[in-house]
Amino acid sequence: MQYFPILSFITFLPILGMVIILFIPKKLDVVIKSLTLVITSVQVVAAVVILHSYNYALGGINDPATFQFMEKFRWIDINGFSWIGKIKVDYFMGIDGLSVPLVLLTAIVTFVATLSSWTINKSVKGYFALFLLLDTGMMGVFVSLDFFLFYVFWELMLLPMYFLIGIWGGPRREYAAIKFFLYTLLGSVFMLLVMIGLYFSSTEVLADGTKAFTFNMLSMMNHQNFTMTGILSPLNPHNLRLVAYIALFIGFAIKIPMFPFHTWLPDAHVEAPTAISVILAGVLLKMGTYGILRICYPVFPEITRQLVWYIALFGMINIIYGALCAMAQKEIKKLIANSSISHMGFVLLGMASLNSMGMSGAVLQMFNHGTITAMLFLCVGVIYDRAHTRGIEEFGGLATQMPIYTGFTTLAFFGAIGLPGLSGFISESFIFLGAFAFPTIRVIAVISTLGMLLGAGYMLWTMQRVYLGTLKEKWASLKDLTFREYAMLVPLSIIIIFIGVYPSPILSLMNSSVNAMVKFMADAQVIYGSFGH
Amino acid sequence: MNTNNLNYLVNSLYLIKPELVIAAVIVLLVLVDLIWIKNKTALPYIAILGLLTAGYFLIDQFGTNTFAFATNNSAGMLIVDPFGTFFKLLIVFASILVVLFSMLSREVDNGLERHGEYYTLMFGMIIGMMFMVSASDLIVIYLAMELVSLPSYILAGFTKNSIRNSEASMKYLIYGGTSSGIMLFGISIIYGITGSTNLYEINSLIQAPQMQNLTFLLAGILIFVGIGYKISAAPFHFWTPDVYEGAPIPITAYLSIASKAAGFALLIRFIKVTFIQSIDPNGFWHLLGIIDWKSFIIIISILSMTLGNFAALWQTNVKRLLAYSSIAHAGYMLLGLAVMSNEGITAILIYFMAYAIMNLGAFFVVMLIANKIGSEELDDYKGIGYSAPFLGVSLAIFLVSLTGLPPTAGFVGKLYLFIALVDAKMIAVAVIALLNTVVSLYYYIKILKCMFLDKSEKEVPAFSASYPALVLVFLLAAPVIIFGLYFTPLVDIAKSSITLLGL
Repeated sequence: MQYFPILSFITFLPILGMVIILFIPKKLDVVIKSLTLVITSVQVVAAVVILHSYNYALGGINDPATFQFMEKFRWIDINGFSWIGKIKVDYFMGIDGLSVPLVLLTAIVTFVATLSSWTINKSVKGYFALFLLLDTGMMGVFVSLDFFLFYVFWELMLLPMYFLIGIWGGPRREYAAIKFFLYTLLGSVFMLLVMIGLYFSSTEVLADGTKAFTFNMLSMMNHQNFTMTGILSPLNPHNLRLVAYIALFIGFAIKIPMFPFHTWLPDAHVEAPTAISVILAGVLLKMGTYGILRICYPVFPEITRQLVWYIALFGMINIIYGALCAMAQKEIKKLIANSSISHMGFVLLGMASLNSMGMSGAVLQMFNHGTITAMLFLCVGVIYDRAHTRGIEEFGGLATQMPIYTGFTTLAFFGAIGLPGLSGFISESFIFLGAFAFPTIRVIAVISTLGMLLGAGYMLWTMQRVYLGTLKEKWASLKDLTFREYAMLVPLSIIIIFIGVYPSPILSLMNSSVNAMVKFMADAQVIYGSFGH
Repeated sequence: MNTNNLNYLVNSLYLIKPELVIAAVIVLLVLVDLIWIKNKTALPYIAILGLLTAGYFLIDQFGTNTFAFATNNSAGMLIVDPFGTFFKLLIVFASILVVLFSMLSREVDNGLERHGEYYTLMFGMIIGMMFMVSASDLIVIYLAMELVSLPSYILAGFTKNSIRNSEASMKYLIYGGTSSGIMLFGISIIYGITGSTNLYEINSLIQAPQMQNLTFLLAGILIFVGIGYKISAAPFHFWTPDVYEGAPIPITAYLSIASKAAGFALLIRFIKVTFIQSIDPNGFWHLLGIIDWKSFIIIISILSMTLGNFAALWQTNVKRLLAYSSIAHAGYMLLGLAVMSNEGITAILIYFMAYAIMNLGAFFVVMLIANKIGSEELDDYKGIGYSAPFLGVSLAIFLVSLTGLPPTAGFVGKLYLFIALVDAKMIAVAVIALLNTVVSLYYYIKILKCMFLDKSEKEVPAFSASYPALVLVFLLAAPVIIFGLYFTPLVDIAKSSITLLGL
């Protein structure tokens, strides 16, 4: 395609900003902050431009012809001897209905997080340089269609995240940061192995007609590209596809985080500065579920169908367990962190339903959780900046002192509960409708509804303890929202209400892709079934 | 001696021009040192000039594939082939950098009056290593290894005035002496069985089944002990932490790259040339069944990386930590050999190029920091990320690369290693190696944690290094990232360098 490479632009703009920041003298804090704000705003504009010229009718998923804004050129090209084959890595980017909502989400959440980072005073230069590096990593993951490229972006996020939690975090930041790093690296080394295995199992036809091994995800999704002997090829009767699937799934599950790999999340969230919590909950967790949908599902469709019950089961465990953990927390931030586990469980449940209803619900839930939880963390940040404590029991009656703030918080809380009229309701009901429609996981879906009840329980209970009742005297001097805080909360509120009232724009955005995915998964059962083992 | 033989000898001399240059530089260094007793500034420049000349001749002869110093039989004492030339170039590259490091090192600078010896001994090592990578005869192998070892014992204790320095030298000497004795014993057994010391001749002799007996297995393993000590593979690694910690940092860096590279080249050549039966079209080797090298090397390799990584977790001295990390890296690289294929060798060569840059870089930054704060203790690294941001960030890049995270050169090395392992269907080994990578992250990150996350109790004034040093750090850090993003050159060089003579 001939037009402006907007995906590269939106991905690498932050890196450009990072380089500029490195040359700005340390003392010019405000310049650094403003530059970051400008860059993230440009990203939002670029995301809106993408949205504007996005063709809703094209599905994507496994069909290169229906991906949009594609950029593809050879990055690594090594012509080998016969015994090593050729190593080709493409710089291959493109988006479909799965990635567009997440690109948009990343742009918005990063923008909001930049505003929230305004309170950072310690080594401002380093903070924003790392922040922008992280931004590039996140954006890159959502737009790459080459597994190698995807992996590079995936790993690129780890180091900035480690430092952002480790340097600017709370009292136990070192522990939280290293735990985050080790968990994620453990997941990604398995991903690396599966990536190499897939590389040796799938080929693509080059321009000169010869075949070469490939890291191209879309080629890996086409069963005709598999070799006869590759260890991850369905044609090989002794293949290790089940093992590889589980390894890859765990790699992504750590990021979601799925029970029992979730223990890093509460630590990371509690210790991270507000803006990083916002990014972590708003974008990073989505990478796990996005990875499963983008890679696990279409590359291993037959295994997915085989294991769908377990995916739903773990979704259910996440929902219930996360909710119960949230209920037991004494600190608001920990509570929200655990509620994230619960809400990401809904995404897993929706994905497991394998029908349009549930899958749309899952993708929408990713978007909604990103906005709602980002807002929840911002709200916690607001109060923490003023009171320097987050203990639930220490507050009470804040509604009288900070009515506007309480209004925004209530909105976010109700969004998280899934109150009709707010975005959370739409996605959660879609997920349940989808899951009920799939007989295999119906029982799991029924039990999972308990999660909504529990969700309402802990959210309302927290509401009551923190915002209602009588105001404690020591909080009588708290000020209500500042202009900067309005600027963070208002956009998110608008999105939450808008999707809640009128969800069709975002649903039609992902509709073709979700349908393509559902169809692909259904067709795959026939095709892979015919390999006979 | 008839004229034919003389002609042959003279022709062979053309093939060892790089070695001759190094030998000439040794003489020149001694003379200059004796004539200008007071002024030592010229020495490193002579050294670098000599190394560049040798490097030029090496690049010039890249692609040559022949024997040198053949006797009346067909096989010769030395081999000039792309594989050997690659390692010689690597050694010359590392030597140039180490000479530069030495010029900037405070430790080395303190022994100013002995600079002549310092560079002379170093060049002794270089010439030994060059023979090590090109030897095709057990006698030459042994002599070359001794030629490397003897100067390195002295260099490890060069600064003399600290106790740990002398301790390092002493330990190195004792371990080195023992293992070279064991190796010599192995060589004598092989000579006893086959009546030859030439690897190619031994290979053709032991194709006969009656040669393949238990004694040969013993001899093979004894020789492996000698080489295993040079590459510091477990369980022959015991000297490594002490020597690395005690020696002056440029020498530590040198031992961890150049002498390890020479050891690896020798090991690969010894195993492939001596035990090869055939190579299939996919590049997999079929070795004679005398010794199950594959299982043996897998065990050694897993032992090395696990032990290296886990021992490194508890270290509080950065040099010692890097010593254990270098044991772990020897383990990773051995995996490339365990694959027993040309692809595995390609992976080793790629890994070595990446490893040379990142490990030299890491040691260099450690040296620059030690120049200022006079310590390599992890506790003294607290807050260095703020008092010396450029050095801190550079060290971070080198350490991330050593961990093997993209986009760095270290990742490319690991990637190719795992590609070779997966291609050979050695999945279980690959999983162990990957889990080791996760373990290694913890101790590399520990250094970063100290530098950036921890606050020092005592105020550390802002400091930096001299401009030449900073430029050098930059020149080492930049390729780590560049090759991480675009590694075609690395792979191309490696691919054109895997040819061993006759195979």
